[in-house]
Amino acid sequence: MAEYDFDTEGVKKTITFLNRKAPYGTIYALEVLESVLISAAFEQHANIVFVDDGVFQIKKGHDTADLEMKNFLPTYGIIEMEKEDADEDEDMDMNWRIIVEKESMEARGLTPDDFKVEVEVLSSAELADVLATSDAVIGG
Amino acid sequence: MKFGILVNEGPFTHQASDSAYQFVKAALEKGHEVPRVFFYYDGVYNANKLSAPQADDRNVVKRWSDLAKEKDVDLVVCVAAGLRRGIVEDNLMDGFRISGLGQLTEAAMGTDRLVMFGD
Amino acid sequence: MLHTVNKSPFERNSLESCLRLAKKGSAILLLEDGVYAAMGGTTVSDKVASAAKDNSVYVLGPDMKARGLAEGQLIDGIKVVDYAGFVDLVADNDGVTPWL
Repeated sequence: MAEYDFDTEGVKKTITFLNRKAPYGTIYALEVLESVLISAAFEQHANIVFVDDGVFQIKKGHDTADLEMKNFLPTYGIIEMEKEDADEDEDMDMNWRIIVEKESMEARGLTPDDFKVEVEVLSSAELADVLATSDAVIGG
Repeated sequence: MKFGILVNEGPFTHQASDSAYQFVKAALEKGHEVPRVFFYYDGVYNANKLSAPQADDRNVVKRWSDLAKEKDVDLVVCVAAGLRRGIVEDNLMDGFRISGLGQLTEAAMGTDRLVMFGD
Repeated sequence: MLHTVNKSPFERNSLESCLRLAKKGSAILLLEDGVYAAMGGTTVSDKVASAAKDNSVYVLGPDMKARGLAEGQLIDGIKVVDYAGFVDLVADNDGVTPWL
């Protein structure tokens, strides 16, 4: 009922955003972006992971004009900027990784050049380690 | 232990809200704390007080509301997701409140486990 | 890490991706439509049985019961839990990865 007062002072967690859905057909890809961006305000570590059809979310060249839907590809540019800012700022303890699973990418005929943002391509085994060491996983 | 819960689907179409409710009930019965349930995506429809299921069906919205009152669970509806879908103060069920997405991050930070229910 | 799978393996690839990306020794809970993966005699039974050797695989009893599935039909090595058991799994593992 009443707002719960969390003690988050000094808390640093690693939140993984596991994106597995294609864009536009459903809203999942768009709304997860909003939660990724908000975690920057709390300076939390984040893994932004693209698996299965989620890899289509960051494919270059979205043009949604005919659908009258918001093209959210530019938002990934903002996420990339947040990541770069955090990487460059020595006073900021916020580690973000943008990760694509190699197997999902290759199964869909894509290469890293097809993506709007710079990504780390990890094998399934490497990604399994990333998931296993996450404090919280938000799927979509 | 403290559990944060994320519900990403509305009532009735998907089982997510039912599963989340049963999980929360069991967790509280076992003596765990569930300080916050965050409703995101279509999950915001769980707070629609205009929902009126038939008498022989469970009332998902009321069930959450009762749980909030009895067990002091903080039910938070995402403001942006709610506005998009027309869930606002006017049709917000008792026991829920509307707030920002930062409340989800806070729940992930301030609990021992975040458990997500969706589709 | 506890992995939760709530989709039928005959409709979506959630289980397949979970099995590919769960580290050996994980706990995997099949719930909602995910419970169909726990049944023997299907096209995915061998895969699930093999996963149950490397991981601890659980199925949510109330979801099985609702769908008319009996414990006798389960793949060997899969354990049935109720919601209280689900809670224990979450508490006993250091995180939850949802495969939706």
